[in-house]
Amino acid sequence: MKNLFEFIVEKAIFLSGAASIIFVVLIFIFLLKEGLALFGEVNFFAFLFGQNWYPISDPPQFGILPLIMGSVFVTFGAIVIAVPLGLAAAIYISEVAPHSIRGFLKSGIELLAAIPSIVLGFIGIIFLAPLLKNIFHLGSGLTALAGSIMLAFMALPTIVSIIEDAIVSVPRSYKEGALALGATHWQAIYRVTIPAAASGILAAVMLGIGRVVGETMAVLMITGNAAIMPTSLLQPVRTLTATVAAEMGEAVSGSSHYYSLFAIGIVLFIISFIINIFADIFLHRSKAMKRRKK
Amino acid sequence: MRENTKVIEKLAFAILGLATLIIIAPVGIILFIVLWHGLPGLSFEFIFSMPREGMRAGGIFPAIVGTLVLTVGTAAFSIPVGILAAIYLNEYAGRNWLTRLFEISIINLAGIPSIVYGLFGLGLFVTFFGFGASILAGSLTLSIMTLPVIITATREALSAVPMAFREVSFSLGASRWQTVSRVVLPNAIPGILTGTILGLSRAAGETAPILFTVAAFYLPRLPQSPFDQAMALPYHIYVLSTQVPNVSLRTQYSTVLVLVLMVFILNIAAAYIRAKFRRRKTW
Amino acid sequence: MVKITVAGLSIWYDEQTAIKNLSLQVSEKEILGIIGPSNSGKTSFLRTLNRLNELTSNCKTEGEIQLDGKSIFKEIDLLSLRKLVGIVFALPLPLPLSIYDNIAYGPRLRGEKNKSKLDGIVEKSLKASYLFDEVKDRLNTSAFNLSGGQQQRLCISRTLANEPEIILYDEPCSGLDPISTAKVEEAMRDLKKNYTQILVTNNTKQAARVADRTAFFLMGELVEIGDTTKMFTSPSDKRTDDYIAGRFG
Repeated sequence: MKNLFEFIVEKAIFLSGAASIIFVVLIFIFLLKEGLALFGEVNFFAFLFGQNWYPISDPPQFGILPLIMGSVFVTFGAIVIAVPLGLAAAIYISEVAPHSIRGFLKSGIELLAAIPSIVLGFIGIIFLAPLLKNIFHLGSGLTALAGSIMLAFMALPTIVSIIEDAIVSVPRSYKEGALALGATHWQAIYRVTIPAAASGILAAVMLGIGRVVGETMAVLMITGNAAIMPTSLLQPVRTLTATVAAEMGEAVSGSSHYYSLFAIGIVLFIISFIINIFADIFLHRSKAMKRRKK
Repeated sequence: MRENTKVIEKLAFAILGLATLIIIAPVGIILFIVLWHGLPGLSFEFIFSMPREGMRAGGIFPAIVGTLVLTVGTAAFSIPVGILAAIYLNEYAGRNWLTRLFEISIINLAGIPSIVYGLFGLGLFVTFFGFGASILAGSLTLSIMTLPVIITATREALSAVPMAFREVSFSLGASRWQTVSRVVLPNAIPGILTGTILGLSRAAGETAPILFTVAAFYLPRLPQSPFDQAMALPYHIYVLSTQVPNVSLRTQYSTVLVLVLMVFILNIAAAYIRAKFRRRKTW
Repeated sequence: MVKITVAGLSIWYDEQTAIKNLSLQVSEKEILGIIGPSNSGKTSFLRTLNRLNELTSNCKTEGEIQLDGKSIFKEIDLLSLRKLVGIVFALPLPLPLSIYDNIAYGPRLRGEKNKSKLDGIVEKSLKASYLFDEVKDRLNTSAFNLSGGQQQRLCISRTLANEPEIILYDEPCSGLDPISTAKVEEAMRDLKKNYTQILVTNNTKQAARVADRTAFFLMGELVEIGDTTKMFTSPSDKRTDDYIAGRFG
């Protein structure tokens, strides 16, 4: 009786252990199932490199290049903002800040992570967009730049905490060696600690990119939603994610518009897959250093 | 020369501190703004009554209930599966390719954009299983998204329990499951709880996965069954701020405030549990 | 009467050999001391007797061990084996439970729920390690509040509560002061009436004080095994003599 119970529990444990891979595969299968139907009528290259996204015109055009470029612009802007800030904050929190405020700063970062993206989007509409409009004398502040700024804040908690981990796992002896040779604390940080934490920093950048590319609601609300090829950060753009979120509600189930949104899902899935594999490789290197330390 | 490097160091540290401030100050400012503009509109009536006049008046009760129901639904599925999965990886699995494959899957699951979860939920639960846009479909979609968070947190909590306890338990003739259920799990519960609550708080604030799987634009009644659609706070905020013209800012702010409060209560609970048990830990 | 027979036992961790082709016998109700420098394979041998070393993933075992004529690898169920062969570890390792629950852990694993029976087991086991009088008023407090010596005797009680036939000690006094050590040794001598005991120790004097027979391990091999008095007065192997005299180790 007892053994039967254990037998069942252990089967459930194994099944749950396998759940993650089952779901990853299921997700991919369902994206393929609905998304590949598009390529019966639309050429794959016309989809990926077409410059016009007019899904409900007659005839419709399903070129997602403007959407890809929208994602690229917003992501680029966000990373340019978030990585230096995140790196600086991670160094400050782990190496410079007095112990008494360290906990406070960490809670602040955790709090930022806790704010739902819809709330940041809302704040973006009400404060950030008008602000940018005035600064740059634009017709509307809802631009790629607004998206970049908000997304930078969303990616920052991830970036800061991973870089912080990486810095903390640099063996103390490295830094002490530099200090013993007469380097100042700051010299030791940028000549020894940061280079030693390089793989962790790279992992943080990768995961930050992943977070930004995948973010949906805030970009939908504040990037202006114009599916045109962007040429500057001060233009409205539309990202891959925002397109799916905005249009799925109106797309008729089983139409090529519907399929095309799933096809965008495939693109997003593959992008996130590649980013995460790279991030994982960097993280493993960083962890290997931690183990050497022990 | 020495003077110079000292000055450079001071300057560098000042810049680092400033960068940290640039990240953290907006958090305070945002919370202040939301409280400042949201509190005046927050009333018993706002929380506990139905929306009226195309959501421009009345309360947000169905959206609050919807979000609570979705969070509970998410917990019901993701907590057991997540904890069992972590037990498998930490206590049962050997170091082999299969384990590595599972780990990579978890990492990828964690990185999949939330809108892709929405598409998946639409494809599998809403369409393929025929649940329709429903609480069931939405909860399951959110569950799968939350799973990696719970697995990772639980695994961390399990591996923080010293190996020696397991060895003692085995040496007394305990089976693996007896060791896990009597020694490892009870000592990992605070960590599991903390991680789980954080995962659920994230699910409660998510919008993209529920867009096509459950969220109702305007449904001024409480959900009746798991196959009912439901309003949800995050989606309601989206609707109020971008889809419906002429909604007073105060209503928008108050709705945002309610969501922020719900999410923060969960986060504070998690922080409290973590702090409390860290102090009590004897080993 | 022979209790344990070890025949041609070898143990490896990855490619490294811990025990080479070991054969020996342990008699019923004797205390067998095992001495030798660190890395001589003593602990690996001990942990094989209740198959605990199988928890170490890179460990490989060859050869045969029989308990009352039955193979511990093939004929005795793993969980029953661990009940029959208890172990006391080098460091006191109470579980993060109360004193009472630590002792009752083993019986409860086997489904014992009867409160008065458990009470009896707890009392009897604590008395056998001379701990009962010191803790009887606080059985429901955390075992971590005990001193190191008390914790180690608690671990002995916990093993006894399992009603084993054999008790293994892996350097049980390495972390204890002389007074606590004396108490543990006293308990061991007392337990001779009912149990077969194997004591791995770095402290040759402890073996001399407690063991009936002593085995000397060196680099994974059994150099010599025999009557403790004889071993300490006139060892037959030069290396044993050198080790006991403290010329290496």
